[in-house]
Amino acid sequence: MNEDDLRQMIGRVQRGSLSRRGFVKRMAAVGLTAPMATQLLALSGISPASAQSVPTYAPSRRGGGGALKILYWQASTLLNPHFGSGTTNADASRVFYEPLAGWATDGTLHPILAAEIPSTDNGGLSPDGRSVTWKLKRGVKWHDGQDFSADDVIFNWEYAKNPAVAAVSSGSYRDVNVVKVDDHTVRVEFNQPTPFWADAFVAAIGQLIPKHLFKDYAGANARDAPTNLRPVGTSAYKFVSFAPGDNLRAELNPNYHLDNRPYFDTLEIKGGGDAVSAARAVMQTADFDYAWNMQVEDEILKRLEANGRGKVNIVEGGSIEFVQLNPTDPHREVEGERASIKSEHPAFRDPKVREAMALLIDRNALEQFIYGRGGPATANFLNNPPRFTSPNMRWEFSIAKANEILDAAGWVRGRDGIRAKDGVRLRFIYQTSVNAPRQRTQAVYKQAAQRAGIDLELKSVTASVFFSSDVANPDTYTKFFADMQMYTTTMPQADPERFMNQYVSWEVSSKANNWQGRNISRFRSEEYDRIFRESQGELDPVKRAALFIRMNDIVVSSNHIIPLVKRPTVSASLNNLRHVLSAWDGTTWLLSDWWRET
Amino acid sequence: MTNYLARRLLIAIPSLLGISVILFTILALAPGDPFEELATNPAIPPDVRAHLRASLGLDDPIHLRYWSWLTAMLRGEWGYSFISRIPVDQLILQRLPTTIAVIGLAQIVALCIALPVGVYAATRPYSVFDQVANTLAFIGFSLPTFFTGLLLILLFSIHLDWLPFVFRTDIEATGWRWWWEMLRQTIMPIMVLGLFQGAAWTRYVRAATLDVIRLDHVTTARAKGLPESRITILHVVRNAMIPVVTLVALQMPAVFGGAIVTEQIFRIPGIGSLLVTSILSNDTPVIMAVTFVFAILVIFFNLVADILYGWLDPRISYR
Repeated sequence: MNEDDLRQMIGRVQRGSLSRRGFVKRMAAVGLTAPMATQLLALSGISPASAQSVPTYAPSRRGGGGALKILYWQASTLLNPHFGSGTTNADASRVFYEPLAGWATDGTLHPILAAEIPSTDNGGLSPDGRSVTWKLKRGVKWHDGQDFSADDVIFNWEYAKNPAVAAVSSGSYRDVNVVKVDDHTVRVEFNQPTPFWADAFVAAIGQLIPKHLFKDYAGANARDAPTNLRPVGTSAYKFVSFAPGDNLRAELNPNYHLDNRPYFDTLEIKGGGDAVSAARAVMQTADFDYAWNMQVEDEILKRLEANGRGKVNIVEGGSIEFVQLNPTDPHREVEGERASIKSEHPAFRDPKVREAMALLIDRNALEQFIYGRGGPATANFLNNPPRFTSPNMRWEFSIAKANEILDAAGWVRGRDGIRAKDGVRLRFIYQTSVNAPRQRTQAVYKQAAQRAGIDLELKSVTASVFFSSDVANPDTYTKFFADMQMYTTTMPQADPERFMNQYVSWEVSSKANNWQGRNISRFRSEEYDRIFRESQGELDPVKRAALFIRMNDIVVSSNHIIPLVKRPTVSASLNNLRHVLSAWDGTTWLLSDWWRET
Repeated sequence: MTNYLARRLLIAIPSLLGISVILFTILALAPGDPFEELATNPAIPPDVRAHLRASLGLDDPIHLRYWSWLTAMLRGEWGYSFISRIPVDQLILQRLPTTIAVIGLAQIVALCIALPVGVYAATRPYSVFDQVANTLAFIGFSLPTFFTGLLLILLFSIHLDWLPFVFRTDIEATGWRWWWEMLRQTIMPIMVLGLFQGAAWTRYVRAATLDVIRLDHVTTARAKGLPESRITILHVVRNAMIPVVTLVALQMPAVFGGAIVTEQIFRIPGIGSLLVTSILSNDTPVIMAVTFVFAILVIFFNLVADILYGWLDPRISYR
C-alpha cells in the first residue's frame, strides 16, 4: 500500500463512506497495528473515540477512595514546574498543576485545561502552520477559588521566557509569541511553519502556575516566592504539606473541574531510599500502592510478583540504549582538538568495519540475560510512537559473518589475533558510565569482538562525570574521546523532532560550542541534514512520519549508530490499583483518573 | 579558665577558615554540576543550562565564589540550595529534629548498654559474663550498620511483618497512638545504630575500668572495708570515665550530622540523607553548610571534652 492509497482511504473515512473500524481492519490486513491506524486517522483530523487513549474511569462519585500512597526512590525538592530539574520534580509539581494538554501513552494529546485539542478541522491549527489557537476550558478554578483564565496562560509564557527568572522551561517559550484572543482563548504564534506545535503549554513543561500568586515574583526574586513550596494549582488534589527531599501530601480538591474525580481522599508521595526496597514495599508488604521507576533486575521483580500482591507495569517510550562508533579520530589532535570533525576515524571510516561491529553484539543475550522485560532488543533508533517506527531495519548477530566481511575487506589477523590493515589495528576503547548492566553489556560485546579479531578495551566512567557538562573533564560523553561509547538517550515528547536533531551536522558537539552540541556521536550526512530540514517545514503528518522513518534508516544503516535495546519505563503497583501511565508524560500526568478496584 | 577558653576559641577561627577553604576547593574541583539531569534532556537547549549556571554564579572563578560564600556566611546568610531554591538553614532546620531524635536516642541506647555491661565485665574479668559480652561486642562492631539494617528489615518487616521499614514523618494518629507508631518505625534504626555504637563503647568502658580497678587507691578502699558497689561507683567509675567522656563528647557532632547510610536505608529524612542527596546532585551550598556546621560542632565538642576532663580530674589544669 502506498501513500496515495492510504490517503484515499483516510478520505473515505472522513466522508463517512468507510467506518473507523473498517479502516483499522484494513490497515491490520496490510500489517499496520491498530494504534498506528488510529493515529493516522487522528492526525488527519478524525478524532478517535474519546476513551481510546485513556482507560475508562469507573467510579461514579468523588472521593471515598481512602489514601493513595506513592513511593519514589528519588525525592522531589521543589514544586515549581518552571524550576524543577528532573523527572521527580516535574512529577511532584504535576500533582498540583495542570497543563493545557498531556500526552497519552499512544502518542496522542489528551485535553486537560484545554476545551479541545486544536486541529485543522476545528480551526485550532492555521493551515500555514504558523499558529495554534487553544480554547480553554471554562469554569476551572484554582485551589484558592480564583478563576483560571487566558491571563494565567499568558503570564506563564512571560514568566518562563524572562531570563531573570532563569526558568528551566525557557527553551519552550522564548521563541514563540503568545496572544490573548479572549478570556478563554489564546493563540501561540511561531516564527516559521511549525509542524510540531504541541510544546508550549503541553505536558510537564506546560504546567500552568497562577498569575495572581506569582506576579510579584516574576523576576530575579522568583525563587523567593512562597508558592514555590506551597503550590496552588487547578488539579484534582490540593496541597497539604511538603518537606523537600522527603514527603509530599495532598488531599482531594472538592471543586475539581471534572465530574466524579478524584477517587482518593488523600495522597502521599514519599521519596528517598533505593529501588529494590521500594519494589518490596509495594509488591511484598503492600505498604505502598505504587513505586516509580523500578531500576531493578528483572529476576528480582519476577520473584516479587510471585507474591501475588502487586504487578510490574511496563510502558514503552522512546528511550534507547545504543552504541556510537566515533566517525572522528579521538586519539589525534587536529587544530588542538581531539575527536575533531576535521579528522576521520582510521578504522571506522571503512563501512565494512562498522558493519562487522553491528553484527557482533548479541541483542538477544542482552534482552534475555541482562535487561529482561526492561530492555527489548531493537534494530531501530527511533522506536516510538508506532507511526514513526521504521519497518525496514533488521538486526543480526553473527560472528562468522563479521569474520567473512572483515576478511573480504582485507583486514588480516596479526600474530596476536587482532586484525590490522595498513598499520591500523582493530583495537578500540569502548566507554560507558558505571552501571551494572552496562558493564555486563561491555563484556558480552568484548567477547564476541575477540572472536572476530577485534580487541575492545573497556572503560567505565562514574555517571556523575560521564554525564556532566564539565568542560574541563576529558571523560564526559559529550567529548567522546573514545572509539565507541554507549548510553541511553531519552525521548521526552511523542514527537521525534527534538529527538532526531541529535544527528544533524550543525549540532555537532565540538570545542567551538564547548561540547554542548546535541550531536554527540558527530554523525554527519548531507542527505540526513536535507531530510531533517524538510521535516521541519512539512505540515502533512503522513509525509512527515515518512521523513523521520527515512532519517532513522540513514543513521542505523550507516552503522555509526548501533541500537541495542529499548528502555521502557518500569514501575510497580498493587494489583487493584487502576492507574493511567504514559510513556510521553510524567507518572502523575493524569492522577485525577487513578482509582482502586474493590 | 576564661583565659583558656578565649585562647581556645581564637585558635578555632583559623582552623575553621582552613576547613572551609579545603571543603570549598574540593567541592569546586569535583566534577559535575547541579544541572546534570538537564544535560541529558533534549527538550532543554544547552544555552538555557549555561544561563542557569551563570545565574547561580557557577562560572565565576573559585576564589570569587569562596569569597562571596564566606562574606554571606559571616552575615549569617547560609545561601540558597541550588536544587530546591530555598534557604539552606530552613532545609537543615526541617531535618534536624528527626536526626536528633533518632541519632540521639541511639546514642543513649548505646550508653545504656556500654556503661553497665562494660563496668560489670571489668569487675569480673574473664568470667563467663565478660567472655560473652566481649564476643557480642566484637560481633556488634564488626558488622557494618548497612548490613544489620538490611538484616533487621528482612526479618522484622518482610518475614514477620511487624515493623514498617519506610519512615513516615506524617503519622496521622494522635496521642499515644502517635507515640506507638513513631516507636514502631524508629526502633529498627535506633537499635542498628545504638547496638553498633554500644558495642564499640563497651570495649572502651571495659578497658578503662580495668585500668583503674588495679590501682592502689581501689585496693586501699577495699582495705578500708567499703562495700564493693560503693567502690565501683565512687572510686572506679568516676576515674574510668575520663577517656570515655572524650569519646562520647566527640561522638556528639554525629547527632547533628546524622547517620548517612542508615538514614538512606530506612528513608529517614535526616541530615545524613540530606547530605547524601546534595552530594549526589552537586548542591554546593547545602553540602558546605552541613559539613561546615559539622566542623564547628567537632571543634566545639573537643573543647567541651577538655573542660569536662578538668571537672572529672582536678589534677588537670588549664593554662
